[in-house]
Amino acid sequence: MVELWNLYVAFFRIGILTFGGGLTMLPMLKYELVEKRKWITEDVLLDCYAIGQCTPGIIAVNTATFVGYKRKGVLGGIVATLGMASPSILIITVVAMFLEAMMSYSVVQHAIMGIRGGVCGLMLNTVYTLAKKSLTKKDQENKLHPDKICVTICAAAFVLAFFTPIPTVVIIVFAAIAGVIIDKMAGGVAA
Amino acid sequence: MSQAFLLIFEFFKTGLFAIGGGPATIPFLMEMAAKYPWFTMQELSSMIAISESTPGPIGLNMATYAGFRTLGMFGGIVSTLALVLPSIIVIIIIAKFLEGFQENRIVQAVFKGIRPAVTALIAAAVINMIHVTLFTEEAGKLVPQYKGCILCVVIFALLQWKRLQKLHPAVWFLVAAVVGVVFQF
Repeated sequence: MVELWNLYVAFFRIGILTFGGGLTMLPMLKYELVEKRKWITEDVLLDCYAIGQCTPGIIAVNTATFVGYKRKGVLGGIVATLGMASPSILIITVVAMFLEAMMSYSVVQHAIMGIRGGVCGLMLNTVYTLAKKSLTKKDQENKLHPDKICVTICAAAFVLAFFTPIPTVVIIVFAAIAGVIIDKMAGGVAA
Repeated sequence: MSQAFLLIFEFFKTGLFAIGGGPATIPFLMEMAAKYPWFTMQELSSMIAISESTPGPIGLNMATYAGFRTLGMFGGIVSTLALVLPSIIVIIIIAKFLEGFQENRIVQAVFKGIRPAVTALIAAAVINMIHVTLFTEEAGKLVPQYKGCILCVVIFALLQWKRLQKLHPAVWFLVAAVVGVVFQF
């Protein structure tokens, strides 16, 4: 029981001290779980980070479930995940209530219109950074080149997402199948 | 009640298929905005700003916010729990039965296919968001809202400068808010 409470508290702390999520969390997780509490080793942390990135869902949540499960089984996984989610639920609910009440002021409306323009700029940059990372490969001299296969999949997915009403889920399943077929074909050539 | 059920269904689906963390949930939220009267695509851009400037993983924050917009406090709680449920199930199965899951050849092949597609999905969602946020339709023609477009382009350009990339997103939103008030967006 004490152990479960500790799990909840640890992940509550990590949730509340994380801004952004994803990779920005790694130093925080390392400090709380490896150095301070010595629950897992750094290798295990990197392992579960790798798993968190190639499984569905929010990376932070996946990591919480994995560490919780390793410590205290299924219940541990659930408790750690709830700890991670609690700060979001609390903080966002309060902020949302506050904002709804302020929406009638024209100053707030102008500020929000400005912020929307800003979000568009930031999101464009997110897409640009993501494209640089996910559509390229490094050659022997460590230079980045476009990866033809990735660019093709990306272009096909974009056309489907932007110009057809095909649901997002279906596009992701198509892409997964394409990945397996390409791997099989590449394997055939190598053999 | 049926609204709550739909909310749970949509966020469970998002949790199950949003691969790559926070931003990967955006295409799903855009889909919800188009399909249900819960929130508009314009509201989604302010939801992103708030989720990025408050503590907690972005994906969870957006789920709470979207749920709150739809069904109040109860909606925020059930959406967030629905989003994390697939993670709990999938991760426990993997941790229990699949040793070396991430090194498995088929898993790697699947993710090699999915990653570039997720980039495309996010790109399409962002273009849609820019379309509904920074443009208005008048008599069937797209009219740009010049102030917003200029701010968007300026922020994108500044972000290409390495030193500014380290700034927290909340700083940009604060600047954008002040610009919005000063220039009467």
